[in-house]
Amino acid sequence: MALLNIQDMKIQFPSRRGTVEAVKGISLEVNGGEIVGVVGESGAGKSTIGNAVIGLLEAPGRMTGGVVSLHNERIDNLPFQTLQKIRGRKIGMIFQDPLTSLNPLFTVGQQLVETVRTHLDMSESDARKRAIEMLDEVGIADAENRVDQYPHQFSGGMRQRVVIALALAVNPKLVIADEPTTALDVSIQAQILDLIRKLCKERNVGVIIITHDMGVIAEITDRVAVMYRGKIVELGQTEQVLGRPEHPYTKSLMAAVPRSDVKLDRFPRVSYSDGEVKQHQHIDIHSHWLGKSRDYVQKDGPLVRCENISMRFTSRYSIIPSWRKYFLAVDDVSFDIKHGEIFGVVGESGSGKSTVARMISGLYTPSKGKIYFDNTSVSDLKTDKELDPFRRQIQMIFQDPYSSLNPRMRVFDVIAEPIRHHRLAESKEQVTQIVEDLLEHVELGRQAAWKYPHEFSGGQRQRISIARALATRPRFLICDEPTSALDVSIQAQILNLLKDLQQELGLTMLFISHDLPVIRQMCDRVAVMQNGKIVEVAETEKLFTDPQHPYTQRLLTLMPTLNFQAAV
Amino acid sequence: MLKFIAGRLVQSVFVMLFVGAIAFTLFQFVGDPINSMVAEDATMAEREALRERLGLNDPIVVQFARFAGNMATGDFGFSYQHKRPVSDLIVERLPATLELAGLSVVLALLIGIPMGVYTGLHRYGVISKVFMTLSLIGVSLPTFLIGILFIYLFSVILGWLPSFGRGDTVQLGWWSTGLLTASGWSAIILPAVTLGLFQMTLVMRLVRAEMMEVLRTDYIKFARARGLSNRAVHFGHALKNTMVPVITITGLQIGSLIAFAIITETVFQWPGMGRLFLQAIRQVDIPIMSAYLVMIGFFFVVINLIVDILYYVVDPRLRIDRAKGAN
Repeated sequence: MALLNIQDMKIQFPSRRGTVEAVKGISLEVNGGEIVGVVGESGAGKSTIGNAVIGLLEAPGRMTGGVVSLHNERIDNLPFQTLQKIRGRKIGMIFQDPLTSLNPLFTVGQQLVETVRTHLDMSESDARKRAIEMLDEVGIADAENRVDQYPHQFSGGMRQRVVIALALAVNPKLVIADEPTTALDVSIQAQILDLIRKLCKERNVGVIIITHDMGVIAEITDRVAVMYRGKIVELGQTEQVLGRPEHPYTKSLMAAVPRSDVKLDRFPRVSYSDGEVKQHQHIDIHSHWLGKSRDYVQKDGPLVRCENISMRFTSRYSIIPSWRKYFLAVDDVSFDIKHGEIFGVVGESGSGKSTVARMISGLYTPSKGKIYFDNTSVSDLKTDKELDPFRRQIQMIFQDPYSSLNPRMRVFDVIAEPIRHHRLAESKEQVTQIVEDLLEHVELGRQAAWKYPHEFSGGQRQRISIARALATRPRFLICDEPTSALDVSIQAQILNLLKDLQQELGLTMLFISHDLPVIRQMCDRVAVMQNGKIVEVAETEKLFTDPQHPYTQRLLTLMPTLNFQAAV
Repeated sequence: MLKFIAGRLVQSVFVMLFVGAIAFTLFQFVGDPINSMVAEDATMAEREALRERLGLNDPIVVQFARFAGNMATGDFGFSYQHKRPVSDLIVERLPATLELAGLSVVLALLIGIPMGVYTGLHRYGVISKVFMTLSLIGVSLPTFLIGILFIYLFSVILGWLPSFGRGDTVQLGWWSTGLLTASGWSAIILPAVTLGLFQMTLVMRLVRAEMMEVLRTDYIKFARARGLSNRAVHFGHALKNTMVPVITITGLQIGSLIAFAIITETVFQWPGMGRLFLQAIRQVDIPIMSAYLVMIGFFFVVINLIVDILYYVVDPRLRIDRAKGAN
């Protein structure tokens, strides 16, 4: 008998523009001690299923058909009060972002004790003991003391452990984990997945893991359901589904996962689609404004040279200098980037890789050391007039496509602004022409110019960012985790676009990522950063096949691998 | 924490010195005080003698130092008009204003916060819409008009409540209170509601907006997913997270309630500081004006200090040294 049984579940979201059918009749079973993965792209309806099981569908969404039963008892039609008793008690939930799932104003202990006492008849002190036991069980050292700390005193991975402790505090039989490791580093991700598996087996808990990350699925799940547009297109043992996929969508999804074992020319795209694909008109770069009048001469030697740069932040300020406390984000780093190469920087969060990018782009001034761009020391330039030509040649694409575009500006103005600022066009008509060409070239279409950023999806917004970066005719592009907020299929499109542009325009690129397979596919050379220092710089192929530094070796072993991929 | 408060206290001293300087310049520029003090037929010699006695011939820095010292010890000089020490006048009037402002803040919070929580939770409910419409009236109607309407309705037509004065007061030491007698209570209701109405609607709209923001957060969703009761989620987890902006606004508003109670006090003939100040302006009674200025400045400084300390109480992220918690 299955622990959880979902039969023909249908979920609709009525809206002004007609009803959206998010889930179109899916059936799924979960047994105790089993981990079932639900995988799919965003918008496939996978999170909706989890929310529906626990009765937390966001209004106006509602379940319009099907049956959900837990231990053979129907739970989808229960009154609110009864459902509340099931939440937490019988079904626990783990959310994606550990930084926002805990209430910042209460101690970890208070939140645990409250949860325990809501469901179990326990005294305050017994509940506290229980809280400490739980923290200990999820691997938090010194639980005795840490129980009285606030969430902000824990690191991201530790907070996700607290979240797991909260979800399991009253021994639920089923746990729904919605993207539990997406916001975490590779090494932390491995720890958290281990923890989930351990608790699942020890306590005989059924687990549903919802994710878009094939690596996570391969790593931890027993069975997997692949979702596409509200339907389960394939369901079966993980090994079988990933190793010998049957449905064309699963096949193309598997093929699109960036591979860490071999370098391909282009990222395979998720080719399966049941909608129509619109064709966009590409411009001939070389005869176009974008390619023309590139007012510099290709020289030998490096384009960007960083000499012993360091960045120091003040973590506590005091009037007396010796009382100040500093945090050394980047510590004495040197490297060269050659003309026309894609230089990768990889490392865990906090390793200083974004700080390096910000120093090169001029957003931060290095505390020590010098940065040369085209043999000019940029760090020594002071006035806007001197710096402006360099700012034009160095452009940046940021990680978060949601916050890096001004929501009050039309896309046209977002892209036209740098052209106007640097006076790159001769007339208004030319500006319009350039913006429209750029939008066509990044496959958004010229109509996009008159919309606002919020009308676009994450991948489309990243295309806008790319168009904006190209609008100054840059020589050097800095990409700071440009696709880590995006799905596999969108990621492939964006990375292909960047690769094409790099080749067509002869751009030099600094590419920052924590995703090793992406680095392998994109970059010519790679620097590995740890705690503000570069521990290893090597040709990409050499780094992946023959890593020298122990930290690089460790990173490579932690990378979730799709062992079944050979069959694809 | 202590370091922070000490820093704030030093800042406060500078703010008070600045306010004092403005109050001091009143004496320099708003007419010659000697004229208001001596008889019409005083001779030049008499005037000069008085000028010397009051220290008005000293260098300006010495005069300011003396003025600041006097202010700090609570000596605000003599009222020209009342011929009594200003501090005595203030002690008589201050309790009336503080009771009025205090009660209206309490009303604003006690009614505004629950209304805000309710309208934040039931955004599309009928009652919420009624509250929101009423609150628009509260925000947009000027205080004096509301006061006059209240007097017309409750005093003239219905005859339930008195339209002016403080009713009977009881003396507790130097503090005269109207809150211990029935007539005192019936007298304070109308002005307190009038004064507090704007703050109430402000607090309500603020809490509503903050609640809607907080209810969308992940930790609220996670709290629900753990099966916590609605009461615990709404009032334990959500409301506490809305408090920082509410404290800020309420703090600023208490200051302006005391400072701008003038209009309400005039409409209801309330014997408080505001009316004293208005009379002083009419009579060019500079010592009262400058004392009022310094006092209001003092209230703002104290309230802001309390607000800053309350932040620390409410939000642990400010309280704990960040370096200590990192791992």
